[in-house]
Amino acid sequence: MIRTPLRPLARILSARQKGENPDTIERENLRLRHEEIRDRGRVRAEVRLLFLSLGFLAAFSTIGARMGLLAATEPVEPRSAAAGAQILATRADITDRNGRILATNMQTYALYAQPRDMVDPGRVARELAKIFPEIDPVAMERRLTDGRTFLWIRRVMSPEQMQRVHEIGDPGLLFGPREMRLYPNGTLAAHVLGGASFGAEGVSSAEVIGTAGIEKALDARLRDPAQAGTPLELSIDLTLQAAVEEILGTGMTMLNAKGAAAILMDVKTGEILSLASLPAFDPNDRPNPLTKGDPGDSPLFNRAVQGVYELGSTFKIFTVANAMDLGLVSPETMVDANAPRKWGRFTIREFQNKNYGPLLSVENVIVKSSNVGTANIALMIGAERQAAFFQSLGFFDPTTIELVEAPGARPIVPKRWPDITTITTSYGHGISASPMHLAAAYAAIANGGVKVTPTLLHGGVAQAGPRVMTPETAAASVRMLRGVVEHGTATLGDVPGYQVAGKTGTAEKPNRAGGYDEDKVVNTFASVFPASDPRYVLVVTLDEPVETSGSEPRRTAGWTAVPVAGEIIRRAAPLLGLRPVVEPPPVDGLTAVSN
Amino acid sequence: MRPVFFVLSFLAVMGLAFWAYRENYATQAALREMGRLQDEIAGLREALALQRAEWAYLNRPERLRELATVNFDRLGLLPLEPTQFGAAAQISYPAPMILPGEGAFPTITDPVEVTGQTATELAPSPVDGQFP
Repeated sequence: MIRTPLRPLARILSARQKGENPDTIERENLRLRHEEIRDRGRVRAEVRLLFLSLGFLAAFSTIGARMGLLAATEPVEPRSAAAGAQILATRADITDRNGRILATNMQTYALYAQPRDMVDPGRVARELAKIFPEIDPVAMERRLTDGRTFLWIRRVMSPEQMQRVHEIGDPGLLFGPREMRLYPNGTLAAHVLGGASFGAEGVSSAEVIGTAGIEKALDARLRDPAQAGTPLELSIDLTLQAAVEEILGTGMTMLNAKGAAAILMDVKTGEILSLASLPAFDPNDRPNPLTKGDPGDSPLFNRAVQGVYELGSTFKIFTVANAMDLGLVSPETMVDANAPRKWGRFTIREFQNKNYGPLLSVENVIVKSSNVGTANIALMIGAERQAAFFQSLGFFDPTTIELVEAPGARPIVPKRWPDITTITTSYGHGISASPMHLAAAYAAIANGGVKVTPTLLHGGVAQAGPRVMTPETAAASVRMLRGVVEHGTATLGDVPGYQVAGKTGTAEKPNRAGGYDEDKVVNTFASVFPASDPRYVLVVTLDEPVETSGSEPRRTAGWTAVPVAGEIIRRAAPLLGLRPVVEPPPVDGLTAVSN
Repeated sequence: MRPVFFVLSFLAVMGLAFWAYRENYATQAALREMGRLQDEIAGLREALALQRAEWAYLNRPERLRELATVNFDRLGLLPLEPTQFGAAAQISYPAPMILPGEGAFPTITDPVEVTGQTATELAPSPVDGQFP
C-alpha cells in the first residue's frame, strides 16, 4: 500500500515560498491518515460483529429447533440402550428367607365395554351374567344402554372366563392387560403380607398398591423400578410358618379359643421367623373391614402386632430382673410373700387365693408365679426406676416392625405411677402391650441383656442395641425361667432336649363395664430356648381359651398356651436345625422290663 | 496431477456414501431385531414369572401336607422329630467285607467246583486294597 508522506517535499517547498507554516500540512496529513485508520477499523469490527451474530443465530436456532422437535415428538424409549434387567416393569416379588415365593405378579386381563360399538347390549348383558354370577343382567343392560361411552365390567378374570367372553363375540367388549398380585400360599403369613389392590386404572395398565401389612409399609421399595428385579426377602421361613400356623390352629380349635397369635424370633438378629395370627384371611381375596362391632373380631386384625393386651404374669420376670440388676435381690433372697396383702383399699391375692408365704425365695416367686412376692419386690424398686426399666424394654412406644399396622399399636401405659400402679404393673396388670413387644423384651433377656429390635427383613446381623441389664442378670433370669418349665407353672411346655424356659401369663379381659370378666382370659406363654444358650424366643397368645378335659374348665396359661407352645417348639426346633441337647431315646422303642 | 486427485476424491466420496447407506440400513435392521428380541425376552420373562407362581402354588405347604397324608402308605413321611438328630459317632462302620470262601460262597474243596470268575481273583482285600 502506498503510504502518503506526512511532509511531502513539493508542498512544503511551495508553502515555504508562500510564507505559510509547513507544520499545518503535516497536521493535515496526520489527520487524514488517522481518519483512514479509524474507517478501516470500523469496517473490520462491523464484519466481525456480523459474523458473530450469524454464529449465534445459527447456534440458537439449532438449539431451538431441537427443543421444538423434542417437544413435538412422541416420547420413545431409547431402542439402542442396553436391555435392562427388568423389561417388564412390575412390582417386586416378596420371598421368604430361603427364596420361596410369598407374593408375585400374574398377567391377567380386565374387561371393559364401549357401548357405542356394541351390537346387541341385551344379549351381551345376559351372556355376561352367565359367566360372572355377580352381574345382574337387567342392571347391566340398563348401564349398557344409558348412553355412556365407557364402562368397566371386571377388574380381573381367569383365562377360562376370558375365553368365554371372547365367545360372546361382541365388538363392544374389550380387554385391558393387568398385572395382578398373587399370593400362592393362600392364607399363610396373611397378616405379614397384608394385601394389594389397584390404584389408578387405565385401559392399558393399572398401578398395584399395597393395602396392608408389609405390602403397604414398604410400598415405595416394592414399586421402585430400579429394584423391581430383586425380590424383597423377608425373615419369615415358609416351612416354619406353615408348621406354626398348623399347630396354633389345632390348639385354637381344641381349646375353643376365639383367636391366637404366635411369634418366633431370633434373639441375636431380631429376625421374625414366624408371625402368625388366627383367624387368618386370604390376601388374594382380602375381606372388607368390619363396619360395626369390635375391629378386633375381624380376621384382618393382626393379634400379634395390633392386639394390645394386659400380658399378666409374663411381666414378673422383668420386675425380678430389674431388682437383680439394681442389686436389690439375688435369686436366693427371701422376700415377703404372705398373701393376701393389703395395700390401701386394694387387696392383692394369689391365684385361687393360695398363700405361698410367709417367705419365698426370689426364684420361687417366679417359679410359683407369686403376685404378692412380685409386688413386694416392685415396691423395693420404686415407681420411677420401674417405669424407666419398662421404657428401656420398649413398652412405652409402638414397635418399629415393618408392618403398616405397627405404629398404630401403641401400648397402654398408666399416666400416673402411684404405688398401686407399681404393684399391678409388676405382674402385668394395668399395662397393656402387644405380643410383639413381649417378644422383643424377652429377646433382650435371652440376648444377654442387649436390646433387640424385631425386624421382618432377612439378612440381619447380630444387633448391637443398648444394654438394658447386665449379662449376669440376664443369665440368672433365664435360669429362673427354666425353673418355671422344670417344676413351675409351665411343666407341660417342656420339650426333651430343647431346654425350654419361659413364663406363663393369664390376664382377665377387661369388659365394657370397667371390671374384669372372670371367664374371659388372655393366656400368654413367653418362652426362650434352649436355656443353656438362648437363640429363639417364642410367644404364644390365646384369646379366651378354655381347657375342658378335666372335671371343671381350666383357663390358666399353663393348661392352654403352654402345651401349644411346647408342641410348636417340638416341631419348629428341628426345622431350625437345633440339635437336641440330651441323647435321643432308643430308636427301636423297646423298654427294658424285668419280671 | 490435479485431475487424478479430483477423480480419486470423487471416488472416495462415492465409496463413503455407499458405506454410510449400507450402515444406516444395517443399524435399522439391528434395532428392529433388538426390539423383537426384547419383546421375546419380555414374553419369556412373563412366562417364567407365571411358571414360578405356578411352582410356588403347587408347592404350597398346605398341598404338600395333603399329598404327604394321601401317600402315607407309600412314602411314610412324618414331620421332622427331635429324635431324628444323631451324632456322627452313632453311625456304625460299614459291615466288614466278607472274604470269599468264608461264608459268602461255599468253601471250595475241590478245584473243579469253581463257578465262574467270582472267586479270589475279583474280590479286593479290605486290608491293603490290592488284588491278591
